[in-house]
Amino acid sequence: MINWPNFVSQLFNGLALGALLALISSGLTIIYGTLGVLNLAHGAMFMIGGYAGYVAYTYTGSFIIAVIAGSLFVMVLGVVMERVIIRHFYQRPHEDQLLVTFGLGICFVEIVRLIFTSQSQVVPPPAALQGITSLGFLFYPTYRLAVVGIVAVALGALFLVLYRTRLGMIVRAGIEDSVMVDSLGINVYRVFMIVFGIGAMAAGFAGIINAPVVSLTPGVGDDILVETFVVVVIGGVGSFPGAILGGLIAGEIISITSMFNPGYAYVMLFAAMTLVLVLRPHGLLGTQGRE
Amino acid sequence: MLKQRPFLIETLTAIGLIAAPFVLPLLGFAPNTVNRILVWGLFGLGFDILFGFTGLLSFGQSAFYGTGGFVAAYLLTQAGFPYVLLALVIGMIAAAATGYLIGLIALRRTGIYFAMITVAIAEVFFFVEFNPLSDYTGGENGLPGVPTPSFNLGFTTLHFTTGWSLYQFLALCYFIGVVIALRIVRSPVGAIFSAIRDNPLRATAVGHNIHGYKLAAFVIAAAYAGFAGGLLGVLQAFMPPDAFTFDTSGQLVMQTAIGGRGTLFGPLVGAAVWLSLQDFLQATLGLGAAWKLVLGIVFVLLVCFLRRGIVGGLVDLYGLLTGQRRKAPDESAAQDDAVAAEAPPARQTAAAPMPARQRAGADPSGPILQAKGLTKRYGGLVANSNIDFTVNHGELRGIIGPNGAGKSTFFKMLTCEVHPTSGSIMFEGRDITGMNVTDVCQLGLTKSYQVNQLFAGLTVRENLVIAALSALRGKFKLDLFRSIDSIPGLSEQVQHTLELVNLAARPDTPVSELAYGEKRRLEIGLALATSPSLLLLDEPLAGMSPRERVETVKLLKSISQGRTMIIIDHDMDALFELAERVTVLQEGRVLVEGTPEEIKNNSTVQEAYLGGVHGELAA
Repeated sequence: MINWPNFVSQLFNGLALGALLALISSGLTIIYGTLGVLNLAHGAMFMIGGYAGYVAYTYTGSFIIAVIAGSLFVMVLGVVMERVIIRHFYQRPHEDQLLVTFGLGICFVEIVRLIFTSQSQVVPPPAALQGITSLGFLFYPTYRLAVVGIVAVALGALFLVLYRTRLGMIVRAGIEDSVMVDSLGINVYRVFMIVFGIGAMAAGFAGIINAPVVSLTPGVGDDILVETFVVVVIGGVGSFPGAILGGLIAGEIISITSMFNPGYAYVMLFAAMTLVLVLRPHGLLGTQGRE
Repeated sequence: MLKQRPFLIETLTAIGLIAAPFVLPLLGFAPNTVNRILVWGLFGLGFDILFGFTGLLSFGQSAFYGTGGFVAAYLLTQAGFPYVLLALVIGMIAAAATGYLIGLIALRRTGIYFAMITVAIAEVFFFVEFNPLSDYTGGENGLPGVPTPSFNLGFTTLHFTTGWSLYQFLALCYFIGVVIALRIVRSPVGAIFSAIRDNPLRATAVGHNIHGYKLAAFVIAAAYAGFAGGLLGVLQAFMPPDAFTFDTSGQLVMQTAIGGRGTLFGPLVGAAVWLSLQDFLQATLGLGAAWKLVLGIVFVLLVCFLRRGIVGGLVDLYGLLTGQRRKAPDESAAQDDAVAAEAPPARQTAAAPMPARQRAGADPSGPILQAKGLTKRYGGLVANSNIDFTVNHGELRGIIGPNGAGKSTFFKMLTCEVHPTSGSIMFEGRDITGMNVTDVCQLGLTKSYQVNQLFAGLTVRENLVIAALSALRGKFKLDLFRSIDSIPGLSEQVQHTLELVNLAARPDTPVSELAYGEKRRLEIGLALATSPSLLLLDEPLAGMSPRERVETVKLLKSISQGRTMIIIDHDMDALFELAERVTVLQEGRVLVEGTPEEIKNNSTVQEAYLGGVHGELAA
C-alpha cells in the first residue's frame, strides 16, 4: 500500500518544511527567551519577508537580491517595532504583550492585503535551481532540495552567532537570567533590540525562501504561526536546539500524515504536542521553571 | 463598587435590553446587527470570566463556540430534534465537556504556553470539522436550515423568528447569562479567580487548589461559548464553518480588550464598537477591505493607552469625577490610622486573640512539628544539611542565622514549597513530607513571606477574604452561585484579622495604595486569616522603621496567643524579647538551640556572628 518513492519524497518534503519551521521557530524562541515577549506577529513577519522579497524580485529580477532585501526589510521592521512599541511592554503583563503583538500582526496582514490584494503572488525559484533532480531512485524538485541546504546554512549561521560570538553569549546569558545580565553592566535594552531584529530576520528570511515553494498570500503566515507554536512547545520555550528538533519532528509529522490524509496532519501534530506536554511538560529540550 | 444596591446591575441590564429595540434603531442599528452583538456579548461573558477575572488569555475559544454550535445545529437539522432550546443546552454541555478535556491539557502550563496551546488546539478543531467530521458538520458548507425557537404555552405559541422578534429571545438569553455571570464573580469562586489572576503563587500558598479553579473557569468559558455558538446558528438559520476559525477567537479577544476586560460588559461593548465600525467603514466610508486595518490600529492603540478598554475607562472616569466624595473618607481613614499608630495599645487590646482552627486529631500538647534529618541540595550546593528540629504546641520559636545560613530554604521545606532532598517532616503527628503547599496550608501550617506576596489588584479586605475562604471552605469547592457574604463566620474572621493586624481603618483601600509597613502587616494578616495552628513568619520585621518594629512586635505577641509560631528575623533584640527558645542556623546546620539567655552568652554563636559576618549583630 505504501508507495516507497512517494514515501521518500514525503520524507524530503518533511525535511524541507521542518527546516523552515526550525528557522522560524528559532527566531520566535530566542526573542521569547531573551525578551520574555511572545511575538504573535511572528507569522506576519514571515509573510512580509516573502512580500518584500517579491517586490525586490519584480524590480531587479534577481532572486539573491530578493532574499537579501526580504530579510533586511523584516529585520528593520523588527527593530522599529521593538523601539516604538514592544519596549513599552516589557514591564507589562504577558497578556498585554500578547494582545499588542496580536494586534500588530493583524495590522501587518491587512496593510499587505491593502497593497497587494488577497490574490496570490508567485516568486519563481532562481534559474539554476529550477527543474527536478534525479536522486537515483526518485525525481525531486531541485529548489526544494536547495531549501534544505539554504536553511541549514542559515541555521548554522544563527548557531555561530548564538554560540561563538560575544553577542550570542550575552543573549544566551539573557535567556538564563536577564536581570543578572543587566546588573553586570551590559545594556540589555540594546541587546533586546538586536535580538528582536535577528529573530524577525529569521522569519523574514524563511518567508522569502519559502515563497517559490508556496505562493504568497497575506494569510500565509497564519498557519505557519500555529505550527511554530507547536514546534516551540515540543522543543521547549527558549531553547534553540529545541526549536530545531521540534521543527524537524513537526515537519515530518505534517508531511507523512499528509501522505495518508492531509485532514489529519494537524490532528497528529496536536497529538504529538499533547504527548510531549504529558510526558515532558517543559518540552523535549526545555528547562524547568520558565513560563 | 455599587455593592450597597444588590440588584442594581441586573436591573440596569434588564432596562437596557428592554429599551434597546426602541433606542438603537434611532442610532442606525439594524436588528440583525444588534442580535449579532448579543451573541458576541454572551460568548464574551464566559471569556471575560476566563481572561478578565482569572487572567487566562485563551486564543482558542472558537473550538468551544464551534463545538456548541455544531452539536446544536446537527441535532436540529440532521437528527430531526425538535426542541431548539434543549438543543442549545445540549450544545452547551458538549462544549463544556470538551472544555474540561482540553483544559486538562492546556492548563498544564500557564502564561504564554497556555496561549500557544489554546491556539494550536483551536486550529485542530477547525481541521477536524473540515475533514474527519465533515459528514456530520457539512464540511465547508456548514449546516443550513437551523430553525428558530418556538414555545407552546398551551393557550398560545410563542414563535421567535427574525429581527426584533428573535431579539426578544436572544435578549432573554443574554440577561440570564449576565445574571449567572454576576453570581459567579460575586461568589467565593469568583473571589478566588481574581486571586489567581493577581498572584497564583500566593493563592496556592493560602490553601486554594488553583488548578481546579482554573479548570472551572475554563469550563465556564467553554459553556458560554457553546451556548453562544448554538445561538449563532439560530440567528443565521445556518451554522457557518468559520465559527471554528482562528479569526473567531481573535475577534473575541480583540472585542473583549476593546470593550474592557474584567468588566463582564466589555465584550458586549467591544462587539458593538466592532460591528458598527465595520458597517460604518465598509458601507458609509466605502473603505472595503481596509476596515479590518482600521480596527486593528484602534485595537493596538487601546491596548497601548487604555488598558482596561472602553468600559474600564468609563469606570475610571466615573471614579475620577466622584473622586472628591470618595477621597474624603479615605483621608480621614488615613488620619485615623495615624492616630492609631500613635495610640496603639487601646486598639491592640480591643482585638481578642484569634484562636487557631481546631482540627480533628490534633494533640494539644507535645510536639506540633518534628523535622528529622532535613537536607536540601541544589546541585552541588547544600542549603540545608541534616537538620533535626522540634517545636512544641504553643511555643514561640525564633530562628536566627547569618545571611545564607539556609533559613528561608528551611522554611520553604517546612511549608512544602520545596521538597527536601532527604529527611522527613511530621506535623501534628502526620507525615507531610512530599505533600504540596496547598494541602499543608489546609492542615493548618502556613507562612508569611519575606518578600510581600499580596494580591496587588485587590483591596485589603478582599485579600483577607481570599485567605479566610480557604480556612472556611477547604481547598476546592464549586459554590458558584453562593453569595460571598452568606458564608458563616467569614466577615467575623476577616474583621478580626483586620483588627489584629491593625488595618481595620482602611479595609477598602487597594493594596497598591498601602504604605510599606501596612503591606507588611497585611502579609502577616494573609497567613493569619487562614487560621493556622502553626504560623511561620519569614523576617516579619524586614525593612521596617524602629517605630514600626515596636508596633509589629506587639502585633506578633498578640497573635501568638493560642497558636504556635516560628519566626525568622535578623532583629535579635526583638526576637530575644519574643521567643521562648531560639535556634541558630549556620551554613545549613543547626549551630545551637536554647533560651534567648543561653544564645546570647553562647560563645559559638558570638563566633558565628562576630567572627563570620561583622555588623550583623548591630543590624
